[in-house]
Amino acid sequence: MEEAELGNEIVEISMQVNGVSVVLRTPANRTLLSILREDLRLTGAKEGCGIGECGACTVLMNGKAVNACMVLAPKADGARITTIEGLGDEARLHPLQEAFVKHGAVQCGFCTPGMILSAKALLDENPNPTRLEIREGISGNLCRCTGYQQIVDAIEEVAARKQGEES
Amino acid sequence: MTTGKRESAYRNDAVIKVTGRARYADDHTFPRMAHCVPVYSDFVHAENLSVDTREAARQDGVLKVITAADIPGAVRFGQIERDYPMLAEDRILSHGDVVALVVAETREAALEAARQVRISADPLPPLIDPEEAFRPDAPVIRPGTKNNIVNHHKIRRGDARSALAACDIVIDHTFRTSFVEHAYLEPESAVCVPRPDGVMEVYGSMQHPFTTRRFVAAILGEPLARVEIRTVPVGGGFGGKDDTAAVVCARAALAARLCDRPVKLTYARQWSMRESYKRHPYVLHYRMGLNRDGRVQAVEARIIADAGAYCSTTPWVTWRSAVQCCGPYRVEHVHADVYGVATNNVFTGAFRGFGSPQVNFAVEQLMDMAAEKTGLSPLEIRRINMVTQGAETITGQLLNNHTVSIREVMDTVAEKIGYEEKRARSSRGKGDPENLYGVGLAICYRGASLGAEGMDFCSAVINCQFDGSILLEVGIHENGQGAESAMILTLQEHLGVDRGRITYRQPSTSSIPDGGPTVASRGTLMGCGAVVLAAKKLKKIIAEALADTLGCAPEKVRFQDDAILGEADDQRLSWDEAMRQLFLKRVYPYSFAGFRAPAVTWDEETGQGDAYFTYVYSCQAVEVSVNLKTGRVRLLNVVAAHDIGKAVNRPMLLGQIYGGIAQGMGMALMEKVETEGGVIRNASFRKYRIPKAMDLPEMTALIIENPDPTSPSGAKGIGEPALEIIAPAIANAVYHATGRRMDRLPIRIEKEDA
Ligand code: FES
Ligand code: FES
Repeated sequence: MEEAELGNEIVEISMQVNGVSVVLRTPANRTLLSILREDLRLTGAKEGCGIGECGACTVLMNGKAVNACMVLAPKADGARITTIEGLGDEARLHPLQEAFVKHGAVQCGFCTPGMILSAKALLDENPNPTRLEIREGISGNLCRCTGYQQIVDAIEEVAARKQGEES
Repeated sequence: MTTGKRESAYRNDAVIKVTGRARYADDHTFPRMAHCVPVYSDFVHAENLSVDTREAARQDGVLKVITAADIPGAVRFGQIERDYPMLAEDRILSHGDVVALVVAETREAALEAARQVRISADPLPPLIDPEEAFRPDAPVIRPGTKNNIVNHHKIRRGDARSALAACDIVIDHTFRTSFVEHAYLEPESAVCVPRPDGVMEVYGSMQHPFTTRRFVAAILGEPLARVEIRTVPVGGGFGGKDDTAAVVCARAALAARLCDRPVKLTYARQWSMRESYKRHPYVLHYRMGLNRDGRVQAVEARIIADAGAYCSTTPWVTWRSAVQCCGPYRVEHVHADVYGVATNNVFTGAFRGFGSPQVNFAVEQLMDMAAEKTGLSPLEIRRINMVTQGAETITGQLLNNHTVSIREVMDTVAEKIGYEEKRARSSRGKGDPENLYGVGLAICYRGASLGAEGMDFCSAVINCQFDGSILLEVGIHENGQGAESAMILTLQEHLGVDRGRITYRQPSTSSIPDGGPTVASRGTLMGCGAVVLAAKKLKKIIAEALADTLGCAPEKVRFQDDAILGEADDQRLSWDEAMRQLFLKRVYPYSFAGFRAPAVTWDEETGQGDAYFTYVYSCQAVEVSVNLKTGRVRLLNVVAAHDIGKAVNRPMLLGQIYGGIAQGMGMALMEKVETEGGVIRNASFRKYRIPKAMDLPEMTALIIENPDPTSPSGAKGIGEPALEIIAPAIANAVYHATGRRMDRLPIRIEKEDA
């Protein structure tokens, strides 16, 4: 755990988390990741390193993929946050979730929530990436299990489907 | 042979994992749960340790500060030798030793108080070079031992010395490998809950619930039946969540028992990297003799593995190295010594491959060197020497109980990648120094499962419910590899039922007998084996009960299409109806069966015996480009083929191959745990780099199926074969690109000045 620069004075922050407004008081040096996991019990975002190197804690903040372990509480004030829990559920999987299942892109699953959210941010920005661009787009997310191949397959399929929809 | 591209994947846990609902160890909380953190010393090697916990214990929110003196049961434990102090006593033997645990209301309070633990000791010079530690006059590191040799395995076959003297060509070469970190994405974590019935319940990130139970029971001084290890999803293991993870669970259980509260102990990445065991670095000195015709006559090998400060599974890891020290080749004369040597480095233990990647790195380069010296192609020299059907291995085992397919496997890869043509156009150091090109390949066989390492058996329970649903439970652990899905698919096939009927009941150590560790690529082989045998028993029970109704003899009853049929197709009971009938007949459609692996034999003195009951055959080939100015090696292409007997779950099998290749690539080109005086210098993901998506090329995996008669399901395993030959394949490709032999891991190209 890296020492946060902010102190532990209490701040009040309000966020939209998966479409729900949340207001909470928390020490300023706490991370968005620990707020999500501990206060809001949204444990889909994982801590793999705590220093912004593995992407397991990836969430969407105002539509952009961020490492929640690197976002201190005050930075999240006023933000729109999407976690994996907000993307889809068992009854209605998001196309990316569906594609990850279908392509065998999940093994231990610890990287999966972050990987899917990074993929979402990537496709929102570039709906038609090449395989190489997909690899680039997820290069902030480590996976030790899969060798990434089936993850790339899954994202590529969703990209192709999107493209099909548009034309 | 198939690539199985389009088949849709099946995993029973995929949906909960993609939706973030899967609850890993750290995702659990319980009312009144306290938090625990470990305390380390700054010493690498020291005696007269004293730990003053008074100040720490006074801090706000602190419940207890625990040292070895508080342990009610065993302080030291281990799978082979009980030498690992779960909390340090009077000595420090490595920088990862934990001297105390702080338990507090919050993790922050525990971390804060941990800084207040005062530690003093008399430092001793650390011994960190295994070759030095090996010398007879070296100071002895582990109290109560005579020297630093943890184990010594031998292979004695024929007369290697005389045979070498008579050889036309002798290649003498030393290879070195490094410490490698498992880097499972989820750090160790355990939540332990003391239950009102006195049982300690454990939710832990670990690979082996039964091993974990032994550690927990040992530290508490309580019987196995009073500890229940629950199955929770694990964020990767790769061999690395064996004793290390068990110890974390044991410490959390200790804290929970002493505080009589649920306790969570979740490791930060830097603790995990500091403390957890690594892959053994090896020094491998080989002398390989052959005749001009390319036939290998003799091998002499002296191999030293750095065990670090504790034994862990070093004797087993190095035993596999001994058995496989000549690769998949027939050699008449072998004299090999493999030693595990204690040092004050971080300890070393199980890591996917388990002693094979190191020897393969040496042997598969030696084969390429031998090819060059004899003027043969690397394929040809392998064909001349490789094991064939009925051949004898270097341990005197006849390979006659399964299909020996190494030639088929190698030829498949060579053809797919276009090996000979690409070898011909490899750069050999000539051409654009910023873009040299080379192709390389490596082959191996791998003894399946534990072999003579341990007692090899596993069980399964099939518990059919009267409403038609089915519970399946197996003594194999889901480590993320897809074990549960493989068991479900096997049961589905053997019962002929719809998959949707089957629910995998996640076992606890109290619900199913000890199925052994989920290691050694044995999960599919042993687990599916037990499922097949349990399915057979179940079908017998059902057939006997329903034969009358179906108007045929029990032997004629068939199980297919989600129904149970007599001889004629119109004698048919749907599965649901069959279960109702069994209920009315008061017959339990329930079965339990154990699968015992076929016998193996071993003679420690000669290193001869039937080491493993069957083998997996593999070949991987790569293309690389090398930039001599930057020293960068880029992987352009990988083709892999493995004969795994039978594919149970094809997309998962492919995933295992891709993932194994990626890890092997990391070991080959990127990863090295840097130590200085026994202290790890790169204990973070910022400094220790593992492969990202950009570092890997597109890969082609080919599955070869020769169903294995020793395996009830026909399947063997893939976890480790996938990883164990990519490094020598890359080294051989780098040689073909540059003309330089790479005898160290990770591979480093000396930069040339521009
Ligand atoms: S936990 Fe946030 S990047 Fe690793
Ligand atoms: S699936 Fe295990 S880390 Fe990606």
